[in-house]
Amino acid sequence: MGKESLRMTKCCLGAGSAVGRLPKCPTGIDGLDEITGGGLPRGRPTLVCGGAGCGKTLFAAEFLVRGAAQFGEPGVFMSFEETDSELGANVASLGFDLAGLVRRKKLLVEHVHIERNEIHETGEYDLEGLFVRLNLAIDSIGAKRVVLDTLEALFAGLPNEAILRAELRRLFGWLKRKGVTAVITAERGREQLTRHGLEEYVSDCVILLDHKIIDQIATRHLRVVKYRGTLHGTNEFPFLIGDEGLSVLPITSLGLTHKVSNRRISTGIPRLDTMLGGRGFFRGSSILLTGTPGTGKTITSACFAHAAALRGERVLFFSFEESPNQIIRNMRSIGLRLEPLVKGGALRFRSARPTLYGLEMHLATMFKEIASFKPHVVIIDPITSLMGAGADFETKAMVTRLIDYLKGGQVTSLFTSLTHGDHALQQSEIAMSSLMDAWLLLQDFEGNGERNRVLYVIKARGMAHSNQVREFLISNRGIDLVDAYIGPSGVLTGSARTAQTARETAELLASQQEAARRKRELEGKRAAVERQIVGLRSEHEAGAEELRQIDRQVGTQTRLLTTERTELGRLRHADVSAVARARHEPKSGRGRR
Amino acid sequence: MIAKPAKRRRSGSRSLPSKFWQLRLYVAGQTPKSLTAFSNLKKICDNYLSGRYRIEVIDLLEQPQLSRGDQIFAIPTLVRKLPQPVRKIIGDLSDTERVLVGLDLRPSA
Repeated sequence: MGKESLRMTKCCLGAGSAVGRLPKCPTGIDGLDEITGGGLPRGRPTLVCGGAGCGKTLFAAEFLVRGAAQFGEPGVFMSFEETDSELGANVASLGFDLAGLVRRKKLLVEHVHIERNEIHETGEYDLEGLFVRLNLAIDSIGAKRVVLDTLEALFAGLPNEAILRAELRRLFGWLKRKGVTAVITAERGREQLTRHGLEEYVSDCVILLDHKIIDQIATRHLRVVKYRGTLHGTNEFPFLIGDEGLSVLPITSLGLTHKVSNRRISTGIPRLDTMLGGRGFFRGSSILLTGTPGTGKTITSACFAHAAALRGERVLFFSFEESPNQIIRNMRSIGLRLEPLVKGGALRFRSARPTLYGLEMHLATMFKEIASFKPHVVIIDPITSLMGAGADFETKAMVTRLIDYLKGGQVTSLFTSLTHGDHALQQSEIAMSSLMDAWLLLQDFEGNGERNRVLYVIKARGMAHSNQVREFLISNRGIDLVDAYIGPSGVLTGSARTAQTARETAELLASQQEAARRKRELEGKRAAVERQIVGLRSEHEAGAEELRQIDRQVGTQTRLLTTERTELGRLRHADVSAVARARHEPKSGRGRR
Repeated sequence: MIAKPAKRRRSGSRSLPSKFWQLRLYVAGQTPKSLTAFSNLKKICDNYLSGRYRIEVIDLLEQPQLSRGDQIFAIPTLVRKLPQPVRKIIGDLSDTERVLVGLDLRPSA
């Protein structure tokens, strides 16, 4: 539905501005000129109808006041119900200085008092008196805009409806000829748009205001029922009445034209900065922090707020669950001292129960706070509380509007979002998460008889970020992120991680001892071999000695033999060669043996 | 209260201030309805208030600013300024009975 309306309104805007056949009269009402493609039909009457208390008079008054103050078009407010002073007091609450405009002849309030008790009807009459008064009022200040609030009073005051209807027809014709842009308010009827069927006279533009109560929460809606000669958004748009008048909230006001910053700001948690490319979030980005209950969303937000305030930035913290004092006290337990920052004016808390008033009022007060405090960082904890304060579609549209507003002002915004159950990721508001620049997920793991928190960075537009899960530890020294143990048995956190680490240490020790033992064993073996070698060497030495001795003996024997043979030969007169051969013979004879 | 009443007719004595009738007829130009209303009014006054009334006729086309004081929106409108309280009768005063009731000259029918 959201997308459909977006497309619809876009096409309307395109057509309205491109063709521009019908001259438009800008209302200056936030968002309305976007829906209608420029404003109300110029020089024609527009019917604004709605039930009691849905803002018809304020709509009309704002149309006039903005016309007089912003567009240089004086206006006449013809009131059939409220007197000048009542009207002045009523619109003063929206910051409109009616009396001032009246003094400067930019605005004229003409109160027409009709009291049925004082009126007797006898015979034919017309409403020329009304025309005379209106004409005088218009001419006296050169009015371009006229409000008639509300013509229904005529039906209550005048018994003759036939005359009245004829005169109303004449009145609208007269207004057109006069060339004024008129807003006529009327009560909502049961079966038709207005109680007395005024819509049949005003055929150019009809706007319906509505005050719906869904789940005990009231939200105002605006719908352009009819706008002759121009395309227009036909959907119901939520609108709010804030301190500065009406504000219609079409999704299309999300103009994607804001400036972006390249500056980065720390998250207040060093390890988280590391996960986000080492430098934290982009300034002016919107960050979503999702998590199931008790996963540390508020603490993470507080860390961020603390760090920003310490840097000298202004931080506005909207809390929809805890009172400021409670947050300050709770954060002290993790070593975050927020009190001095609050006293110093850098940090401001605003707490309200989500059910205190409707979404529109929440947003209106938030807009006002943001406009007056001009924060660098806005934290909304949690945004899901606001989601509960209105119907799905409109809350998304309004939250979109809020994000857009913050981005337009380069305000870094952190939204926490409470999810239930195990499927935190799937459950997270899809439409909202797509608006966010960074998305952190806090989750808890149950197992081993304990619960442990982990943190993921799901997305972080425009920066390298870690895909690793980190265990999220909250101690009295603040937040610490540690690497979760990822092993064959999955992700281990908490005591399981500690146990695993201990087990690993033990295993390491054991293997070291084993190695030492084996080393010693090997050393021993080696020593034994060494010893063997020494033994063998000495044996070897001994063998060599024996050999040498044998050699010596043989030499001696040979020598003795040769000596004997030479002696014999000399004795027997043998020749020299025979002697030489004979000297070798005993050696070969010995080898053969 | 009225800056410049257009006096058309005055008759009778001023001896009865408590029962003196001061009437104003608002018209816008010499329209048939206005003329009828004036002649009807004069007839009724002559019949019932002889000598104790005064009628001012105010033409809003000439003096539109006078329309605010008496909160005029319908034409013609007869305003009974005196005696108090102020009463208003709108229309051409063709229904004499209703005019008499409206002016409080006769207990309501």
